[in-house]
Amino acid sequence: MRAGLVFQLFLASSRVQKKRAVLTIASIAWGSVALLLLLAFGEGLKQQLSRGSAGMGTNLAVLWMGETSRPWQGLPAGRAIRPRVDDVNLLRERIPGLVGIVAEMRNWRTAFTYGAKTVNGRLTGSSPEYGELRNFYAQPGGRFIDALDEASKRRVVFLGNERAKEIFGDEDPVGKTLLINQTPFTVVGVMKRKIQMGTYGGPDAENAVIPLSTYVAMFGSDRVGNIVLKPERPGEMPRVLADVRRIMGAKYGFDPADEKVFPTWDTVETGSVMRNILLGIQVFLGVIGALTLMIGGVGVANIMYATVKERTREIGVKMALGARPSWIVAPLVLEGLLYTVVGGAIGLVLGMILIVLIGLIPTAGNDALEFLGKPTVSPLIGVATAAILGLVGLLAAYFPARRAASVDPAQTLRYE
Amino acid sequence: MSVLPRRRNGEIPATDGVVIRMAGIRKVYDTGKVKVEALRGIDLVVHRGEFVAVVGPSGSGKSTLMNLVGCLDTPTEGGLADARNRRVGFVFQSFNLLPQITAFENVEMPLLFGGVGKRERQARVTELMDRVGLADRMEHRPTELSGGQMQRVAIARALAMNPDVVLADEPTGNLDTSSGGDIMGLFEELWRQGRTLVVITHDMALARRAGRIVEVRDGLILRDEPTGSVATLREARASHG
Ligand SMILES: Nc1ncnc2c1ncn2[C@@H]1O[C@H](COP(=O)(O)OP(=O)(O)OP(=O)(O)O)[C@@H](O)[C@H]1O
Ligand SMILES: [Mg+2]
Repeated sequence: MRAGLVFQLFLASSRVQKKRAVLTIASIAWGSVALLLLLAFGEGLKQQLSRGSAGMGTNLAVLWMGETSRPWQGLPAGRAIRPRVDDVNLLRERIPGLVGIVAEMRNWRTAFTYGAKTVNGRLTGSSPEYGELRNFYAQPGGRFIDALDEASKRRVVFLGNERAKEIFGDEDPVGKTLLINQTPFTVVGVMKRKIQMGTYGGPDAENAVIPLSTYVAMFGSDRVGNIVLKPERPGEMPRVLADVRRIMGAKYGFDPADEKVFPTWDTVETGSVMRNILLGIQVFLGVIGALTLMIGGVGVANIMYATVKERTREIGVKMALGARPSWIVAPLVLEGLLYTVVGGAIGLVLGMILIVLIGLIPTAGNDALEFLGKPTVSPLIGVATAAILGLVGLLAAYFPARRAASVDPAQTLRYE
Repeated sequence: MSVLPRRRNGEIPATDGVVIRMAGIRKVYDTGKVKVEALRGIDLVVHRGEFVAVVGPSGSGKSTLMNLVGCLDTPTEGGLADARNRRVGFVFQSFNLLPQITAFENVEMPLLFGGVGKRERQARVTELMDRVGLADRMEHRPTELSGGQMQRVAIARALAMNPDVVLADEPTGNLDTSSGGDIMGLFEELWRQGRTLVVITHDMALARRAGRIVEVRDGLILRDEPTGSVATLREARASHG
């Protein structure tokens, strides 16, 4: 059929319904804005959360020291297993495929004194690798605990940024000396601010880390508080954890299959759970957006039904003149799609502008805004939005067009 | 290429080929509550080149008969010969032109639907508009035309695909007497050119100008007889040699 004629017919009829067409396009645009924004907020949340969960370090396992839960070779259940620092060195030697494995010792009420000010808080003793595993990065001008500190039991401390602020206020702590439980320590670095979702015992920003050797000397015990490890490949985590139990089981006499000995937080496992939850949130937001858009689609369907009704006679005439049903249906579907495409395009442009504007709002320092206020567009979101828009448009045009195709010419052509 | 079958003016077309054959046609409208028996047993044969006027009171079933002939509807019972392969041109009481497009484009429409090429469409529409005396109104929209002119456009449109039969349901019903007479004159001319026409009308004076009158009453054919017009046509042929 001649395209010009179709277009002319379309213009002529849409002129009649200009107001309705504008309202419909507006509702599709609004639906697209809602869909895009919700998806983008979902994506932003997801990225922020995964950045946040990366704050503690990725693909880690944290092992606490627990008790046996079953008897083993004549030994009763309920024995506490308390490995020593050397055992961690043994594990480091014996387990292949590790990025790192460290002992972590913690004291919960340590006095930090600087000048006249004393604050109480957490103190951690661990190896230099700990900084890598747990993402302790130093602000410029400082550094984390290093191998030399560890080897020579230096009295140096790396401060979490919040802890540093609490003790030193606006002063630069690096190079300054403070008293930890009345012993002088030199600050070698302050942690770079990071978003941290997962914690055990408290955020790293409020922590203070000293060399493991120093800690052992200071507190007089080399019993490990907990173990932090990271395999080279996340998929190897179960194997690595089994290795830990096997080696320690042989040494301390417990069933290597006894998982209660070292209660474990496997972030590889919990991470995949969180990814699923996030995916669920995104799908949920997408569904809400799609429903909003669907309302626009109902508007398009409505206008198309009205069009079909108004043009029933015209359709009947065309059929009597030999038009195949597809010639009746195609221009109507095109018309419905046109509303959707135009509305969708306007909505997407507006949505993108809004996303950029929202992105300009400063969020640093406000935790809630930091997680919610960063709508992000990904290629997948673009594809999803376009697909949903297209689907809505097709559905909205298809049903009215189908009604048009079922018009009975004998009925419509009866003289009124 | 010839667009319409050209016959010399006054030539009498052969009337042996059967265009419409209906036998024992019944049509019942089932509206749910009541069943209306619009046609109760119609036998009708129309030959090529005939000009049939269908008359009868309102509600007698004329339009129903027409819809069945034109395959716009299906009979409840009865035989309808080679209906599907027959090309039909429709003319309606209310013209049913599309108001948004020009007269030219209205006539062009069935050609578009029929897949006729652009050049040939142009030629055929021009010729048809000329035939119905509206060569100078091609670019007018239907709203800019008089009732009689609109009906001429509709007739041109009905002829566009060169149909085997033209069906007209009260084509003069919306026109004043003089325009109605003009339209009937156009039909007579088409008849002389060899067209097969079935025209429904209330007006007996107009009906007598056709070659044959079929009177429908209560869904049955009450009367079916030739008029004097056929004789006139025969005389015309005879005198033409
Ligand atoms: N779609 C329909 N549903 C129900 N009844 C119908 C329908 N179409 C026609 N009828 C009935 O069938 C009968 C014949 O109708 P039809 O339209 O054929 O009459 P007609 O001879 O064309 O009348 P008129 O001269 O008024 O146009 C009437 O009683 C009418 O009410
Ligand atoms: Mg009628």
